[in-house]
Amino acid sequence: MMAKMLMIILLVFIAVPLAGGLLNGLDRKLTARLQGRVGPPVLQPFYDVLKLWQKNTTEVNHGSRYYLYMTLFFVVFTTGIMLSGGNILLAVFILTLAAIFFVLSGYAARSPYSFIGAERELLQMMAYEPMLLLTGIGLYYASGTFFIAEIINTSQPAVLTIPGVLGGLLYILTFKLRKSPFDLSMSHHGHQEIVKGVSTEYTGKDLAILELIHWYETIIALAFVFIFFVYDSILSYFVAAGACVLVYILEIIVDNGVARTKWEFALTSSWIVTGVLGIGNLLLLSYLR
Amino acid sequence: MGYIKKSPWILHYDGSSCNGCDIEVLAALTPLYDVERFGIINTGNPKHADILLITGGINAQNISVVKQLYEQMARPKAVVAIGACAANGGIFAECYNIIGGVDKVIPVDIYVPGCAARPEAIIDGVVKALALLEQKGH
Repeated sequence: MMAKMLMIILLVFIAVPLAGGLLNGLDRKLTARLQGRVGPPVLQPFYDVLKLWQKNTTEVNHGSRYYLYMTLFFVVFTTGIMLSGGNILLAVFILTLAAIFFVLSGYAARSPYSFIGAERELLQMMAYEPMLLLTGIGLYYASGTFFIAEIINTSQPAVLTIPGVLGGLLYILTFKLRKSPFDLSMSHHGHQEIVKGVSTEYTGKDLAILELIHWYETIIALAFVFIFFVYDSILSYFVAAGACVLVYILEIIVDNGVARTKWEFALTSSWIVTGVLGIGNLLLLSYLR
Repeated sequence: MGYIKKSPWILHYDGSSCNGCDIEVLAALTPLYDVERFGIINTGNPKHADILLITGGINAQNISVVKQLYEQMARPKAVVAIGACAANGGIFAECYNIIGGVDKVIPVDIYVPGCAARPEAIIDGVVKALALLEQKGH
């Protein structure tokens, strides 16, 4: 029990941020290759964060950075819940709380750019939150439990009973990974109409923490996909890992191939996808049973 | 160890340039030169930037803008003046509205000559600025 506890702590505080940073490095490399460039080294995200840590931190007002710390805290907490096989609904709610604090960090900076960023972040939450919740409910439908440890120990993978829910999740994952076409509130690319959205006013260590939050969120987003494929077999873990890799590559290709949409389309389309794929799948299941 | 050398983020500001140097600055980001190889990103946000690239001279209306951009950047920071106009006003030096080079308003660390400055020269200027930044950081 003690050893298991220690392993989860090591995973949450060391392995997950390392994996998240590495994934983002691979993302930048692949993106550059898609654009006919060589691209930065794979370890570039780590260099960026270490540099930001060494820079002077300026602040617009004294309190705003604490919202970022809270975001990081709740994101780490979500990772802990998911890795220890906890309740998936709790994970979804705490992730939402992290997102709320992230929005507040944008409002607290009192800059027109971060203000618009925060408003768009709220809008994005409206778009993806129903589907994220449905993912939890769908997994309950498939396995009869909300606990991740039990969901991944059933006799067949959840994807066989709720493929529609997975499809809906993949659609809204673009919001969570902050990829085009749904990177309305804060894009990785600086040159846009709202500069850098929520992160505009943050410098130095605060910006480094913001980057760290993104690494955690990347892993959390992929963990949701992972759960869909794992069942009572060792082999399924490899299948699930492969699925996560495929999903991430797909996201990068979509990111590079599609221009950003208007917010109306982002909101309505994700609600339609949630309705048709998510709720449709669950309705069908309830009739078949 | 200073990591600023591995991840210099850039802010590009067009003073009163003819856009010749600006095109060359942006050319450095294209697949041919691909400065992201060295971790260089064009941020478009003074608060995230380490190096300020200025093209064109200073005119009566952009003095406050240039000052504000410089002041918003977090330390350590460096300024690279690109092209003849940014150095001393260049061909526009005698115009009624031109104050002169960038160093009339903010301290400039590196001057990149040329009209327009070549992308290779601009990259070289940024590399020199990096060496300077590392000294400033310690």
